[in-house]
Amino acid sequence: MSKVFIAFQANEDARQIIEAIEQDNPEAIVDHQPSMVKIDCEGRLDIRRETIEELMGRDFDLQELHLHLITLAGNVKEDEDVFSLVREA
Amino acid sequence: MDMKVPAEKLGLTEKYHLLTRDLAWDPSYRTNKEIHPYGDFEGIKIHDWDKWDDPFRMTVDSYWKYQAEKERKYYAIIDAHAQNNGHLNITDARYLSALKLFLQAISPAEYAAHRGFARAAREYEGVGMAVAAEMQAIDEIRHAQTQIHGLSNYNKFYNGFHGFTTQRDRMWYGTVPRSFFDDAMSAGPFEFIIAIGFSFEYVLTNLLFVPFMSGAAYNGDLATVTFGFSAQSDEARHMTLGLECIKFMLEQDPDNIPIVQAWLDKWFWRGMRLLGLVGTMMDYMLPKRVMSWQEAWKIYGEENGEALFRDLARYGIRKPKGWETAAESAKHVPHQIMLGMYQWRFGTAFHVWPPSDEDMDWLSEKYPDTFDKYYRPRWEYIKQREAETGEPHLNMGLPKLCQTCQLPTWSTEPGEPEKLVQREIEFDGETYHFCSEGCQDIFEHEPEKYAGAWMPIQGLIRDFGEDVPGWMEWVNLIPGKDNMSYHGSEDEQNFKAWKAQTTASS
Repeated sequence: MSKVFIAFQANEDARQIIEAIEQDNPEAIVDHQPSMVKIDCEGRLDIRRETIEELMGRDFDLQELHLHLITLAGNVKEDEDVFSLVREA
Repeated sequence: MDMKVPAEKLGLTEKYHLLTRDLAWDPSYRTNKEIHPYGDFEGIKIHDWDKWDDPFRMTVDSYWKYQAEKERKYYAIIDAHAQNNGHLNITDARYLSALKLFLQAISPAEYAAHRGFARAAREYEGVGMAVAAEMQAIDEIRHAQTQIHGLSNYNKFYNGFHGFTTQRDRMWYGTVPRSFFDDAMSAGPFEFIIAIGFSFEYVLTNLLFVPFMSGAAYNGDLATVTFGFSAQSDEARHMTLGLECIKFMLEQDPDNIPIVQAWLDKWFWRGMRLLGLVGTMMDYMLPKRVMSWQEAWKIYGEENGEALFRDLARYGIRKPKGWETAAESAKHVPHQIMLGMYQWRFGTAFHVWPPSDEDMDWLSEKYPDTFDKYYRPRWEYIKQREAETGEPHLNMGLPKLCQTCQLPTWSTEPGEPEKLVQREIEFDGETYHFCSEGCQDIFEHEPEKYAGAWMPIQGLIRDFGEDVPGWMEWVNLIPGKDNMSYHGSEDEQNFKAWKAQTTASS
């Protein structure tokens, strides 16, 4: 199994996105670097709209992730509720 | 009374299909072949364009909405940078050399990517891929513009930022990225997507924008962090597009597999050679460093690349040729390039300096197998000689260039770090030189393409002979201001004087 990762700019919105990722992916490893945060996970990482909305206290469109994204690795699977990165091999 | 019924919200997939796929139509009075003349000239077979899906399902309306938001954030920060003496908030003016090299080598490449994607979008027969390429074309011109705009604040105060448009075409290190992009843009639309979508975006931009921009933040450079991450927020989409296109080609027809493999081999190697410049920026030009080039290569190149190729193995794709050589060369390349640039510093439009004792200790720690053994003794020799003679240690000879990547042939043979690469072949009555086996292979595969390249050093000798000042004027390099050592430069003096003013009481 290979790692997937995603990195966000260290800003206000991303803080809650990262918190949501930590809640939904307990095995994810969060690495804070200057002005960015990189999150690694074995095999799969899910970002759930509902969890982010709960933490932000407002509606959230998963495509808003594009504003804060820095990079990612893995195959992207996206619908309205979940944005996933997956590596099958 | 009429009740307002809220319009039913479209699902993401449905909206994506309506706003991309349904933009296409079947031509009635011209054939598809006439409309897309380059669709099959590379031998790639596509049977069903409808099988291609943008994994991000980005539609044009969302695209404008989010890009506009990125621009608003970007310009708010650029204004703040200009209004609050951002040019003085960097750790040290040495850091500017990395920015100058970035502006001279990378920003023009962004513009070239814009032109390439605009053309590729026109060539693809499938509307999904055409729309994604069109968005990327717009992204790329935004990157070129925001980078030039962000760095223009530094141009008001420091030397070496003014000549990048000329230097892209004429400067000996500027033609390295230029030849990479010219090579890609003069290929067909499918090779182009592998060159830029895979090699440049997937392998290179992660290394360029992620650790390097984090390094910019560490060095207090608000402007660069902002344009870097603003650009990188588009790159996730670009990388995904590049990978989806590779998978799509592989799934469409087994005949595509060897063609794609040959392109992966070629463009991985071209990307690696180009990346050496970024490694040099990271290891030698950042006063404060987040990670070494080799560490960045391990995370974003090796680990990420290994995972990707495990993924692609099911299609019959193997790791690119030269993969192991690349890992080995990551331990040497930044040092070799910096030693070269230091000795040819009369011809660089940025300043250089020898690593301090503290820098060298850091390099030893980061490169335990190579730095102390091969490179520390050379730096110590250069520093000692300069201290003794009071003269700059310069190499007044001109470098022999690799006909493929256009870098000087300053690299060593794999596994033999004390043996300079000497490779040449005859083609059509002329001798051509190469920096590596990889570059020689690429030439031999398409010799006519590379034999005709304009080579900056040959051009210098032919057009200027001994007239180095004439050459400097032609490449837009102001001697005594833009080039030579950082120590004693106008940039160093100004930065010190202006910094002192910020803490003075009046």
